Amino acid sequence: MANVKDNSTPVIQVRDLVKRFDGRAVLDGVNLEVFPGEMLVIMGGSGCGKSTLLRNLIGSMVPEEGVVEIFGQNTLVMDEPELDEIRKRFGILFQSGALFNSMTVGENVALPLKEHTDLDDETIDIMVKIKLEQVGLRQAEDLMPSEISGGMKKRAGLARAVALDPEILFYDEPSAGLDPVTSAEIDYLMMDLAKKLGVASVVVTHEMDSAFRIADRMIMLDKGKVLMAAKREEFETIRDGKPTGDDTKDLIRQFLRGDSEGPITRRRQAGGYEEDILHAAGAR
Amino acid sequence: MAGGLAGNPVERLGAKVLHGFQYAGGLSLLLADLSVGIAKTLRKPKPRDLVSLGEQIVRVGVRSIGIVALVQGFVGVILALQLTPTLEDYGQQAQIATIIGISGFRMLGPIFTAIVISGFAGASIAAELGTMVVAEEIEAMEAMALNPTRFLVLPRVLATFVCMLLLTTFADLMIAAGGWVTAHMALGADVYNRYWERMRDALVFKDYFTGLIQGGVFGVLIGLIACYEGLHVRGGAEGVGRATTMTVVYSIVAIVLAASVCTVIFYTFGF
Repeated sequence: MANVKDNSTPVIQVRDLVKRFDGRAVLDGVNLEVFPGEMLVIMGGSGCGKSTLLRNLIGSMVPEEGVVEIFGQNTLVMDEPELDEIRKRFGILFQSGALFNSMTVGENVALPLKEHTDLDDETIDIMVKIKLEQVGLRQAEDLMPSEISGGMKKRAGLARAVALDPEILFYDEPSAGLDPVTSAEIDYLMMDLAKKLGVASVVVTHEMDSAFRIADRMIMLDKGKVLMAAKREEFETIRDGKPTGDDTKDLIRQFLRGDSEGPITRRRQAGGYEEDILHAAGAR
Repeated sequence: MAGGLAGNPVERLGAKVLHGFQYAGGLSLLLADLSVGIAKTLRKPKPRDLVSLGEQIVRVGVRSIGIVALVQGFVGVILALQLTPTLEDYGQQAQIATIIGISGFRMLGPIFTAIVISGFAGASIAAELGTMVVAEEIEAMEAMALNPTRFLVLPRVLATFVCMLLLTTFADLMIAAGGWVTAHMALGADVYNRYWERMRDALVFKDYFTGLIQGGVFGVLIGLIACYEGLHVRGGAEGVGRATTMTVVYSIVAIVLAASVCTVIFYTFGF
């Protein structure tokens, strides 16, 4: 587990973030902070707004209201060149790996180095080997993305994400589409990288096994709002405890345990179902 | 919705016109973005830029030489066979070379080549970029501070532009050759004997040049429309299919509109 430096200045600070699609708020006043070196897991059901939140953090979506500060700078008032300078300081692992299919694995990892540094080809070649070694994929350097498995694609995507030695790593559903063993391997790789590189990590997931394995701190999103933000241990207490009668805690408990009965089910049965479906559709 | 069936005919027409303006606006913004990309690339060129352009020229131009030769050769054959009976009525069948030369170089060369390229390369560019959108590759590119317009759109639009210039010239010659082969095989000695001399005497540089300008304009339009459609794919594989179809449809509409505008301009200024 990466060390939490609670007293440090946050590398990411989000205040009162509102994102609407067709007038409907998918993010409804979200606040969060990410500190250097910590692994923050953002979780929630389908359509709760967690992927939208991630896209607002990395600058591929612009919110209607609120502030997103990365490294103390408000990214929402930046122009593209300024935003690009911030982007060079973070890396992202997309759900599918998002490798460029027309390039080999090695060329994928080399791309940010070639474009954003003045390093010569030999140095870049050595760095690519080092990055691939870090994710256990050196043997795949000359393979095309279509020739490797889903787990290897994520590893390769991760090697590309850390190519420029970022200070923050974003992960969009890193366990999606992987078998449990590969998923666990990716989890340990993420923790290993966080420790070795000292980066802050923001992970969006709804895979609870993975979330509890990697998280220092967790945030539960529901209907575009932060339901709870706390250390992993507090979520573990809720998950392992008995129902309290408190709707929020019981809702979180049901989600964490994956129970078929509880406040989420009752909410759907009470007529919120249609709203939930619309919410999910709008978030896509 | 632009393509919906709801509402009265006036509303539907209005929606389509609005969609047309929005589309033209989108293309203009892409073109503006592209100009910035060209300026940045020229200021700080990288070897990869040339490699990328070369790859696209092979894909758009080199691979379509065969199909352009086939189509344009037969355009020449059809022109010769269709025109001969009428010209014979006036005893002017020897003028076939003049007509094929002027119509081929001024209009049929660029326009048929553009239609072939929109189906051959435009659709393939839209499908490629659309698949990249679906696979989150474009988003990844932006997140890595790489500009998709500069990295993807620029080499593709430049390639369609350059290839259309070269292919238009090639197409002109293929149309002329198609006419000559037809004259040689079916139309008799009085038509083919001085075929090339007549064509050379009739053609002036502006005939070739106006065709070439149109070829270049069509090339830019095909590249822009294909990239625009590809980058705006929504809804997975179905969206990619729709983008490829719409690329061909919009390209052909744009080619015909641009040809009309060019013709009016050339006519007005005596070209």
